[in-house]
Amino acid sequence: MSMIAADNRGLRLVTRYAVLILIAIIFIFPLVFMLMSSLKPDQQLLQDSGNLRAFLPVGDISLQNYTDAFQRAPVATFVFNSVLVTGVTVALSLLLCSAAGFAFVFVRWKGRDTLLALLLATLILPFETIAIPLLMMVAHLPWVGFDGVSWGWLNSYRVQIIPFIADGLTVFLFVQYFKDLPGELIEAARVEGASWWQIYRKIVMPLSGPIFATAAILKFLVMYNQYLWPLMVTQEEGYRPVMVGLQYFFQLNVAWGEVMAYLSMITVPVLAFYLYLQKAFIASIASTGVKG
Amino acid sequence: MASKFTVSNGTGWLMAGPAVLLIAGFVILPFFLAFAFSFTNQRLISPNATEFVGLANYRQLLDVTTVTLEPVRDDAGAIVIKDGAPEYPSLRTLTRNNPDRPDLAGMREWFSFSLGGEDRTYVLARDVVFMTAVINTFIFVLIVAPVQAGVALGLALLINQRLRGINVFRAIYFMPVVVSIVVVSLLWRLIYDGQSGLLNNLLGAISFGMIPPVDWLGNPSTALGAIIAMSIWQAVGFHMVIWLSGLQTISPTLYEAAAIEGASKWQVFRYITWPGLRNTAVLILIVITMQAFGLFAQIDVMTNGGPLDSTQTIVFQAIERGYGKQDISGGSAISVILFVIVLSISLIQRWLTREKT
Repeated sequence: MSMIAADNRGLRLVTRYAVLILIAIIFIFPLVFMLMSSLKPDQQLLQDSGNLRAFLPVGDISLQNYTDAFQRAPVATFVFNSVLVTGVTVALSLLLCSAAGFAFVFVRWKGRDTLLALLLATLILPFETIAIPLLMMVAHLPWVGFDGVSWGWLNSYRVQIIPFIADGLTVFLFVQYFKDLPGELIEAARVEGASWWQIYRKIVMPLSGPIFATAAILKFLVMYNQYLWPLMVTQEEGYRPVMVGLQYFFQLNVAWGEVMAYLSMITVPVLAFYLYLQKAFIASIASTGVKG
Repeated sequence: MASKFTVSNGTGWLMAGPAVLLIAGFVILPFFLAFAFSFTNQRLISPNATEFVGLANYRQLLDVTTVTLEPVRDDAGAIVIKDGAPEYPSLRTLTRNNPDRPDLAGMREWFSFSLGGEDRTYVLARDVVFMTAVINTFIFVLIVAPVQAGVALGLALLINQRLRGINVFRAIYFMPVVVSIVVVSLLWRLIYDGQSGLLNNLLGAISFGMIPPVDWLGNPSTALGAIIAMSIWQAVGFHMVIWLSGLQTISPTLYEAAAIEGASKWQVFRYITWPGLRNTAVLILIVITMQAFGLFAQIDVMTNGGPLDSTQTIVFQAIERGYGKQDISGGSAISVILFVIVLSISLIQRWLTREKT
């Protein structure tokens, strides 16, 4: 009897893993396909996609597609633009949104509750509903530079950065997190004569590593993967980020090998980053779910 | 803790001010501008002054009317049959320069139906493409919201078991979420390809060639479905993680009690897991609905709204007008319509799922 029971358990375990692996294949096959195809010449790429060879590094394997991709498009410029825009936005967002969260939770001031309610109301506003009027707005905004006042923000870094620094969700995540910190500690520090800056820097920041990581990851994903907005506001390739740069590979006939090489180049670093910080990534998405 | 030590108007405004100003300027202001522009003929760049046009933009988008026509009769009074169906007078005689029906000028046939009898009712719309876009968007949302939420819950329950290496599977299922939707759309364009696409080859192989290859994105009857399937594939890991965090808030003692009572798996799900996930379910439904209404990148990369407008969506139309044709007022009017739809649906969802007292 006990033999049969053990067998049953073994069998159930095997089926469980089989189901898990089968689903895993569904989620991973397009990415494997992308990586393998990036190594193959166009003709072989299309032939291979008829069978399992599509997922194997076989045949005429080389890095030729990568070299060709660099020749076809200013890939380095696109990558630089994406890294710059994403990096600056994430850094400024952490600074300003955490400061706002701090003010909303720990400081008492006139207008606090009204403004917080207003910020929360913006959570129900999908970006798509404000994209067009925002486009009109930034096309006519002034900017004071070294050579005087200029009008219109199109084709610049600022148009990709400034509108995305602060958003309701990020402020809200900080507010939620700060609420769980011991408020008495901050009050006591005030009584002792600590300045607000000292409290923010010496008490709150050291306790808030996880929420800074969460906010940074969410902002990073949104900014790096932006498509609609840079598509509308950057007509000059000098300012275009990687996702919009893709259009370079669709002129005339599509060179799929180069496309796959380019896709791999812009995706693999993010995937590696994700696999390295997997727990933090998943925790950050999960934390957006506690807002209900 | 209403201590005087934590009161400071200056600090409050100094610290919250920058973020508040940015949100006011780049989120709230554009929102009101959308309303304002939608009542004008504003263009991105125009030599002419902007004029107030009232509801003209909305009328242009939403005007729908019906006409009922009698079939054409020959001299003897018999109905003329053409290609096996009664022939009806051409709609063009009504919609083009017809002095009797100025209200129909410029409208086009959207669809037609017949309620028995000989007469046929034609539904005319001023902007048939926009109407198609609205319908497509609703189809997308109505399929994606329940299916994606359901599949995500299934995956979350699967991942929530205690097994060696389960975290590896969780990481893999979540992987497409961190990949840009633009990249994903391009990859799937090749997978869906009509000739050498992976999907056709797979279907051909498992059916021993019984299933003929389909040009998934080039066929009006499959294009939207193909985009729906891919969108679910990409985003389902996101909601799996949210379900998981909901599952982990359910107290283990409830499950222990159920095990002692000898409850079946279904009973455990029905009476412990599901009630414990109520708030998560409401949140997921609202989030998916909002995300689904924003459908744009997949369309832009994969089909450009075609074939035959079968994948037009509200946002794609808004961008095509506001950006493509530089018609800021038309794009803004579509944005306002989208906002009203999203707001009413999330209010309805909240009301339907409210805590019953």
